[in-house]
Amino acid sequence: MFFLVIKRILLGLITLFIVSLITFAGVEVLPGDACTTYLERQAFGQALEACYDRLGLNVPAYERYISWAWGVLQWDFGYSLSGEMKINEVLGPKVKNSLVLASASILIGIPIALLLGIITALWRDRLPDIIISTVTIFSMTIPEFISATLLILIVAIWLEWLPGIVIVPTEASISELLPNIILPVIAISMIMTAHMARMVRSSVIQVMASDYVQMAILKGVPYWKMVFRHVLPNALLPAINVVALTIAWLLGGVVVTEVVFNYPGLGRLVIESISNRDLPVVQALAIILASIYVGINLIADLATLMLNPRLKSLQIKK
Amino acid sequence: MSNKKEKQKNIFEKIYEVIKTMASKPSGLIGLIILTFHVILAITSPLYVPYDYKAIDPSLMLTPPSSEFWFGTDSLGRDVFTRTILGGRTALTVTFFGSLIALLWGGSLGIFCGLVGGKIDDVVMRIIDAFLSIPWILAMLLIVSLLGTTTLVLIPALGFFYGKGIVRVARAATHDVIAKDFIVSARARGHSNMSIIWNEILPNVRDAIMVEGAMRWSWMLLGFSSLSFLGFGVSPPTPDWGLMISNARGLMSFAYWAVLAPIFGLSSLIIGINLTADAFAKALGIDRSTKAPV
Repeated sequence: MFFLVIKRILLGLITLFIVSLITFAGVEVLPGDACTTYLERQAFGQALEACYDRLGLNVPAYERYISWAWGVLQWDFGYSLSGEMKINEVLGPKVKNSLVLASASILIGIPIALLLGIITALWRDRLPDIIISTVTIFSMTIPEFISATLLILIVAIWLEWLPGIVIVPTEASISELLPNIILPVIAISMIMTAHMARMVRSSVIQVMASDYVQMAILKGVPYWKMVFRHVLPNALLPAINVVALTIAWLLGGVVVTEVVFNYPGLGRLVIESISNRDLPVVQALAIILASIYVGINLIADLATLMLNPRLKSLQIKK
Repeated sequence: MSNKKEKQKNIFEKIYEVIKTMASKPSGLIGLIILTFHVILAITSPLYVPYDYKAIDPSLMLTPPSSEFWFGTDSLGRDVFTRTILGGRTALTVTFFGSLIALLWGGSLGIFCGLVGGKIDDVVMRIIDAFLSIPWILAMLLIVSLLGTTTLVLIPALGFFYGKGIVRVARAATHDVIAKDFIVSARARGHSNMSIIWNEILPNVRDAIMVEGAMRWSWMLLGFSSLSFLGFGVSPPTPDWGLMISNARGLMSFAYWAVLAPIFGLSSLIIGINLTADAFAKALGIDRSTKAPV
């Protein structure tokens, strides 16, 4: 058990190490470097030399990688190209804003998804299931930018209930942000909730068909006791991992949604830094988002391990 | 000769059977109808568009829907109906070929890894994991912004990024069959590795890989239209739903028709592909709902 946990953590770290190599090598291999893309037509002579000096691009690639990676470990991503600001100062408030948005969506999305998944599974193929499943298919398949645009059109423009775009500054406090994030949170959690509800549904249905549930029914265990004691604990366990993967997919959705709502978070920074070809910032974003992904999956893996008594004694699980 | 012909007939029969099973449920039937409609529309729409899709006319700016302009006109005076029925062509072509590429490289690498196992397998899977943990949107945006937004860049880029998930599925499916008796006996009969892959493994993992490919198609369409929406997909004069939505969005408080028409086009296509992929998975006996969109 202990070794298994250590192994998972090590695997996560190795993955992150490879990600850092990929992002670094990717920027190296793609045509042009940070300076030529940033300076564009002025990329010759003294301007280019000065830029190389400033960014330290004169030294060999492996040395740069080591110093960059060492900096990343200390939450220091170097300087951005455009503003000549330290990247971690730019990132700090935006990371916070995006985390507020993402965690609000998760906190609202997971309970609703559980509820909907369980309802649809228990009333399988009857009216509640048919209605909810149809709605989930719609909200799952329609891209975030469409649902966000429709939400703005209906709720903000036609009904005038809520502000359509976020106009708070990047440094706004959480209490200032909250009224503004209602629509973005709905747009983000729609897809995530629908995905999770579907997983929970199929997982519950699978467990309901298993032998021990049939046994419990035959023994005369009351229906709801059977659902809560026998079905749900076993059904929700395998769902944890898939939920983690869905949350990771949400990272991409957050980017798009933030752009639609003009929300001052990481998503807009992604688009801005890529439009400005600010490669140091792009590298920093890649490693941060990948760490979030790996972290969430690690937590899910460990949670599954902790909660599953069968895996505790199992040493080799591929 | 006759043997081969019989085998071909069987494949067609199987395709017919699968489509029949898919259409036997209402959701699958609706999906197939929507998808067929979109494919026919994409192929034939240039033959009957009422107006030129890039004809700009300032005097017709933001005209509401009328008998002359069914869906009204956009901020440059272009006919929204014309642009809407043309708007799926690029998306459908790019994502269709993109998922074919994803299917081919992801499937072959996955089968290879499952077959050889050992160190090579470990290393490849670590690299795939690492690629999976970079958000697709960041990687796609970076590639597109550095290499350009032409179709020739988009197809392989999308194909590569959506193929890595297929590697995992193909590898797992190969693992499932590799220890079975028929593989062992094929080895004992002295068949070559290629023959074992082609005749023993492929028929058994084909279904799983094809379902995975169908799912990638719908996610790739979502990814592609998100790219267009963000301005990193198709370049402007070409009509594309994602791009049209993003252009018309700013003015939707008084010209909602210019944004609703492409929204309807894109949503119906994505829903159609999803329902079809769902029914396809069910017809082949694979539960799709336990998969996360990676």
